[in-house]
Amino acid sequence: MPVGNADVTERSLLQSIVEVARSVFGAAAASVFLLDAETGDLVFEAVAGEGEDQLVGSRFPSGTGLAGWVVMSGQPLLVDDVTKNLQFARDAAESTGYVPSSIMAAPLIRNGECIGVLEVLDRGSRPRGDLSDVDLIGMLATEVALGLELVVKLRWLTGAQQAATAGSDGDLGVLSRIAARLPAATDPVASTVSRLLATADDLLAGESAASPGALR
Amino acid sequence: MTCETQGDGDSEQHPWRRPPRHHFPGIPAWGAPTARLREEKFDVSLIGAVTPDWAWGGSDGSGVKVAVLDSGVDGSHPMVKRLDRSVGVVPGDDGEFTIADCEPTDAAGHGTACAGLIRSMAPEVSLTSVRVLTNGKHGTGAGLIAGLRWAIDEGFDVINMSLSTGKPQFCLALHELADRAYFRRCVIVASAHNMPVRSFPWPFASVISVASHDEQDPSVYYYNPSPPVDFFARGMGVEVAWPGGARIRSTGNSFATPHITGICARILSKHPMLTPFQLKSVLYLAASNVFQPQGGDNAGR
Repeated sequence: MPVGNADVTERSLLQSIVEVARSVFGAAAASVFLLDAETGDLVFEAVAGEGEDQLVGSRFPSGTGLAGWVVMSGQPLLVDDVTKNLQFARDAAESTGYVPSSIMAAPLIRNGECIGVLEVLDRGSRPRGDLSDVDLIGMLATEVALGLELVVKLRWLTGAQQAATAGSDGDLGVLSRIAARLPAATDPVASTVSRLLATADDLLAGESAASPGALR
Repeated sequence: MTCETQGDGDSEQHPWRRPPRHHFPGIPAWGAPTARLREEKFDVSLIGAVTPDWAWGGSDGSGVKVAVLDSGVDGSHPMVKRLDRSVGVVPGDDGEFTIADCEPTDAAGHGTACAGLIRSMAPEVSLTSVRVLTNGKHGTGAGLIAGLRWAIDEGFDVINMSLSTGKPQFCLALHELADRAYFRRCVIVASAHNMPVRSFPWPFASVISVASHDEQDPSVYYYNPSPPVDFFARGMGVEVAWPGGARIRSTGNSFATPHITGICARILSKHPMLTPFQLKSVLYLAASNVFQPQGGDNAGR
């Protein structure tokens, strides 16, 4: 789901979640990546804090880094003291321009499939333990995934409504064509069409009588 | 019955690797021995007073074959030390996965981290990497099943699964595989999911499921009486392998699981005739919150 296609609701939802995540953890940054199913890349969809001006839309392969661990294992994870790890620091600096000392991440799971990652960099010092923090980011990630599912359903509903509207225009078109052609039809055809129309009329009358609205 | 032997875990003579029994209609297929069918003599791992020392004291995991189902394992990482074999699932054009030998590498590092922890717990264990995860392009379910099926049929003693799949269509296949493993004395040790999502195979009764505690002693683990999680092992601030020969401190159930895998390997190395339900009982009896040497428990409380 490239950033260009994400509609306003989805962008606002993701942005509000990363803002909440950053605030709750007192973190330097929080971000949401979504998995591009075609390329296997993770794409920055929303960022709060460090990198928020330039990272949205950038991508990296999902098979690497801590986000890769999360995608693969489907588990929330946390790493500390990453600055001591030179390789890690170099990779981080190259991909985001920021070298955190701790990273926490959780999978966004929809229909049993990991569709992205919620990540929090450099949590502030707080009384909670590491395990509670991992639990909390897991809960936030669940909320993101549910929110995204709702957005997708809303899109589908909107699409279905549009299709229904288009469909009713089509029916009216058929009716107006029948009205225009009926006077010129031969008698047997005209009588068949009239019977069919009467049947359709009966059917619709029966339905509206049976519907709760008709009782009022 | 005779006492246990330090047997070859691969032997097809073991009762759990035998082909199904032939039987004729009308004759009980799975009945107890009768006058016509004499009782069979077989080895058992005698269970006396189970203590942590009885269970794994002095054992280094030698003779036990462990498969790490994950992102691959970097065989050259100092924490892994050595890898006996490295295979991976290969997606075919028809969507089916096959198994092929592959280079002992791991772009992600998750499998290397797990393998390094197993090595630290059971230094002489035989480690094989089964790469079932490659990148985000392929879902986790089908490859996972292909890799698990292979590992069970290959006769590994313990399979470490610090991963799961949440796709409901794979639930039944995984359930059947987990039961098959159970009856073939192949112990699946699986990470419990901390998030409120349904995923498999960790909640199955036939596997050993693991979540985290926040203590630092790698040998301390707790029995959990409230299913589906069986045990809590060290999973917070664990030093694990990171790509490029480095190390990193990480937290998550993914890293609690290899601790129990290592402990299982040490127990099976010392008591090779234990079957999964017996092994789970031994784990229970030797757990830090269960065993009471002289009034206290295993954690010295």
